[in-house]
Amino acid sequence: MAYVRPVSKTTWYLKDRNYTIHMINELTSVFIGLYALLLLWGIGAVASGDKAYYQFFLECLTSPGMLVLLWVTTIVIFYHAIAWFKVTPKAMPIQKGEAFVPGGVIAGAHYVIWVLFSLVVLYFAGVF
Amino acid sequence: MSAVQLELEILRYDPEKDQEPHFQTYQVACQEEWMVLDAINHVKDEVDTTLSYRWSCHMAVCGSCGMMIDGQPKLACKVSVKDYANKKVRIEPLANFPIERDLVVVQDDFMEKLKRVKPYIIRKEEQPIEAGEYKQSPAELKKFKQFTLCINCLCCYAACPEYALTPEFMGPAALALAHRYNTDSRDQGLAERHKELSKPEGVWDCSFTDTCSIACPKHVDPASALQQLKIATTVQWYKELIGMGDK
Repeated sequence: MAYVRPVSKTTWYLKDRNYTIHMINELTSVFIGLYALLLLWGIGAVASGDKAYYQFFLECLTSPGMLVLLWVTTIVIFYHAIAWFKVTPKAMPIQKGEAFVPGGVIAGAHYVIWVLFSLVVLYFAGVF
Repeated sequence: MSAVQLELEILRYDPEKDQEPHFQTYQVACQEEWMVLDAINHVKDEVDTTLSYRWSCHMAVCGSCGMMIDGQPKLACKVSVKDYANKKVRIEPLANFPIERDLVVVQDDFMEKLKRVKPYIIRKEEQPIEAGEYKQSPAELKKFKQFTLCINCLCCYAACPEYALTPEFMGPAALALAHRYNTDSRDQGLAERHKELSKPEGVWDCSFTDTCSIACPKHVDPASALQQLKIATTVQWYKELIGMGDK
């Protein structure tokens, strides 16, 4: 009878460096999810029309724990974005005639769009 | 010609005698130009004739000698013994497949999945022979040529953690081949394949670890095919939703 090797459902990602890197990338989603919840809370605070509640939200944003979370989230967002931008040429190759557009151009276009969107957000946030 | 000393730790399993596999060590004095497959052939020819493994062409074309070499899925005919000179090398059957005997794995699961993706040109209606061949431009060929290079060595399945955890997953090689036919300008079978590809165990079980592409000895890049399939499958789903499902 053929022998089936057992596979660990809990530690498989430690078996190979590429699996571990992938799982770290997946883990960054947790922080991005938390940040999304924070944004929703902020929108809720604004929408409530309750100035005191909104003030409380702003105070929470500057608490030491929240600052740590925001800094960690900022770092992992960069990690997450860079990791995914790197593989975008695989998901959306562009063919022009017989040749394919170099992967660097496709990944680079994502960085350009990222910067442009960030500038728009910063503009509306009153930074400029 | 200087010799390269290799200590091969080969996983052995005899279904008629063994409850579970065990490692057996062989000392092999290799010639410098040997591939790992040559070292295994030496063991088989000169040391232990009971060793079972698959191989055929010795030039990375047949796809038979895929095995785990130092924990990584590789073609034994493509890996030089010099890479492991004076080291202990673990040789195991391809991961994620049941072991038939020694380094031979059961491939039935892959063969069944391969059939399900219909890896051949599907026409709604064959044109008459008088109409001539189905023509294709070099650009149309280039679109999918890379995905025709698969030799079904199954290194990508052995590298895929998703296939290890979810054996129902169709897996990289079968799906890359589905994409190869979907993108062939002569093919009209996208809608037919879509039924299989759009299932959870189709493209959507892929979590894009990219390890299949890293392992692929022919640079097919199945991970790329799968991500493109996800987009194509989504577009097809919307097309079917609005009654424009056919390719």
